[in-house]
Amino acid sequence: MNDLVIPTGQGLYCPAGDFHIDPWRPVERAVITHGHADHARSGSKRYWGAAPGLSLLRERIGYGAGIVPLAYGQRVEFGPVTVSLHPAGHVLGSAQVRLEHQGQVWVVSGDYKRDPDPTCTPFEVVPCDVFITEATFGLPVYRWQEPAEIAREIHEWWQDCKAQGLCAILHCYALGKAQRVLAELMRYTDETVYLHGAMTKLVKLYRDAGVAMLPTDAIGNQPKFFDWKGRLLLAPPGAGGTPWMRRFKPYSTGFASGWMRVRGSRRRQAYDRGFALSDHADWPSLLRTITETGAKRVLPTHGNTEALVQWCREQGIDAAPLKTEYEGEPQHDAAAVADSEDPVANPAG
Amino acid sequence: MRQFAALYAQLDATTSTSAKLAAMQRYFADAPPADAAWGLYFLLGHRLKRVIPPTRLRDWISQLTGLSPALVEDSYAHVGDLAETVALLLDARLDRIAPDQASAPPLHECVALLQSLAGADPDLQRDTVFAWWQQLPFEQCFLFTKLLTGALRVGVSAGLAARALAAQSGVDVAVMQHRLMGEWQPSAAAFTALQAVAPAQQSPSQPYPFCLAQPLDDAAPDAVGPADAFLAEWKWDGIRGQLIRREGQCWLWSRGEELLNGRFPEIEAAAASLPDGCVLDGEVLAWKDGAVAPFALLQTRIGRKAPGKKTLADAPLIFMPYDLLELDGVDLRAQPLQQRRSALAALCDRSAFTPSPTIDAQNWDALRAQREQARQRGVEGLMLKRRDSVYGAGRKAGLWWKWKVDALTIDCVLVYAQAGHGRRSNLYTDYTLAVWSGDALVPVAKAYSGLTDADLVAMDRWIRAHTLEKFGPVRSVEPLQVFEIAFEGIQASPRHKAGVALRFPRIARWRQDKPAAEADTLDNVRALIGR
Ligand SMILES: [Zn+2]
Ligand SMILES: [Zn+2]
Repeated sequence: MNDLVIPTGQGLYCPAGDFHIDPWRPVERAVITHGHADHARSGSKRYWGAAPGLSLLRERIGYGAGIVPLAYGQRVEFGPVTVSLHPAGHVLGSAQVRLEHQGQVWVVSGDYKRDPDPTCTPFEVVPCDVFITEATFGLPVYRWQEPAEIAREIHEWWQDCKAQGLCAILHCYALGKAQRVLAELMRYTDETVYLHGAMTKLVKLYRDAGVAMLPTDAIGNQPKFFDWKGRLLLAPPGAGGTPWMRRFKPYSTGFASGWMRVRGSRRRQAYDRGFALSDHADWPSLLRTITETGAKRVLPTHGNTEALVQWCREQGIDAAPLKTEYEGEPQHDAAAVADSEDPVANPAG
Repeated sequence: MRQFAALYAQLDATTSTSAKLAAMQRYFADAPPADAAWGLYFLLGHRLKRVIPPTRLRDWISQLTGLSPALVEDSYAHVGDLAETVALLLDARLDRIAPDQASAPPLHECVALLQSLAGADPDLQRDTVFAWWQQLPFEQCFLFTKLLTGALRVGVSAGLAARALAAQSGVDVAVMQHRLMGEWQPSAAAFTALQAVAPAQQSPSQPYPFCLAQPLDDAAPDAVGPADAFLAEWKWDGIRGQLIRREGQCWLWSRGEELLNGRFPEIEAAAASLPDGCVLDGEVLAWKDGAVAPFALLQTRIGRKAPGKKTLADAPLIFMPYDLLELDGVDLRAQPLQQRRSALAALCDRSAFTPSPTIDAQNWDALRAQREQARQRGVEGLMLKRRDSVYGAGRKAGLWWKWKVDALTIDCVLVYAQAGHGRRSNLYTDYTLAVWSGDALVPVAKAYSGLTDADLVAMDRWIRAHTLEKFGPVRSVEPLQVFEIAFEGIQASPRHKAGVALRFPRIARWRQDKPAAEADTLDNVRALIGR
């Protein structure tokens, strides 16, 4: 039997149903897993995406684009292939794509995580024959601590900064991570948090979707000699080290990303503090998910695929890496980060 | 252990010097002296002997976590640090029960236990290490494993640690630096003695802090003053050392504060001709037929203790002094260089040493002309020291300058890349570079640094996208990228495939403008020998 999904120059493609999943070049029909820049690209004729993420997709792809919203679990036919979207727990409206054809089920995970996240619907295990899984953090060294515990560390750092008369600038991806931090911090405070211009719109879209978060205000709305001491600011990683930062001096910088689990990454990027908070699955979650789907064949993509392939083979599961152009959670410098999971860098005020 | 782990985390979490100083001061004040002594020892950059070879630790972590050796290997290649890999792998175990923060023993007990493990029965070693790995919380597990591998580096300079202890104890910084030099066995008593405001009895082996030079700006050397204010010497390409003769014994210290005794018996024999109470600053050099021999010859002696007759004959060494720090037990460091130099000349007349010659040059043009001959003479350039300079601790602005000859450069093609370690783990940063020999590329150098972080990241992506083959942590890449390599010298070397060995090669420039076909040829490179 032929493969239901194959990698092509345009992206993942389903020949039987004649559509692409998260294509990186313009195509006729595109099913989109979520609004991050390495998954949702403009230029295609028609899009399908999960209804809860519709506003984010519009923000990313353009308001003129034709997007068909699908409720989680709703079935649509692409020729002989039945397609449905299921929660991935990655960011608001993120989805896995389930494809069924002639009794065979494939699932394309998109990006996902298993940890609790107050800003989106939790991951749903979808049994399948073949599982195309992301592998951003596909190494046994990655295990996340409780998100509440990381949020406590962030809050503690903020309070330390306050005590020392510093402004606390937390860098994080503008779509997903920023909103998750704002939601998690509600356990500890009700203080206002100040946002970089690249984040204000996205935070508003989350609020419109009913996600509860700390009160926020745009950095650009504040008067010229505003006292930034003791405030918490959220900014995309691309803003780090730019002249934009000057007016907040003296400050301490932090970065919320799964890569901060490893000291080498933390040091290379020269943030004062790293907080290992990720929207991707850690190693134990990857293994657990593969097991729970019951897949007999696993095709890791999107990151550190080799170790995961190795592990699957050790368990007797048929596995091979799938070569794609996804970026995952970019682990390197600020410039590299700015072009992937962030909206267009848009310096505030 | 808990306090030291907390200090380590604090030092790791800040880039601010004042915050690091404050954290160390707090540690010195709060930790029990027996622990603080070891903490200080590690802060100063000293290490324990490796107790267990890294390959064995990798086997053990594989056994304990049930992860296959291949997965342990992948993880290590990604993290770039074995102890951190161990701590992360243990922490990521599904069945891990969070250990109790307070349960670990004090640092000095931990060190004693580690030292007792050296040479113990392998099964006992393994059981002990397993027990600790299971019991220690993440940060302490990391530190414990660092100690096991003998690779603990704390990431503050010895100077900063000395400043912190000086501030905490109220002792003058220079005095503290002197006390901390040389042989030093950590103990509660030793730590308390270091903090004593009144001077303590010092060991005869103790060296002085080295006086260091700054690089001189090539464009305008005369900006530092008139040429005749300086005494010029050759900048030797050897091992800087301090030779101490006290109480009928001698000690030779490297600039890295390593005791070199036992390696260079000819120098120790010569030191017997020195009077008691005398300390020389100078250079260990390979010396043949009345002239300095290439560093490569000296290198054959560095790692070798108690060398045999043949080694001694093949690679004879001398110690060439250029400063006198102590004579008749009197510290001369506050005297002007001119006077120390005269005293050194007189001392050499009545001992088995020859001082490094001073160079006659009345003006900057004459000095520049001398410097141009440096490569033919087998030296790195000139040292310029103010005639009236005291012998200061560390790098004192404006007193001593080093004026090196320009490096040689060639354009090479990148052929292999390997992931770096530490700060650069999981980036492909270590390059093997090649030149053309006909249609083939022959590797001539490995280079580790010289690119900015942004360029490193860009190259890392390029390497991943243009990999031809993977051999463990090494990738061969398409031969498309050209880099300009700078190096200090070149020598014929039958041991290297290209037949040449470069000294201190590093990346000078990324030649994105240059196609690979226009990189240098092996013939071009060989033509540089003897220049
Ligand atoms: Zn994503
Ligand atoms: Zn992604």
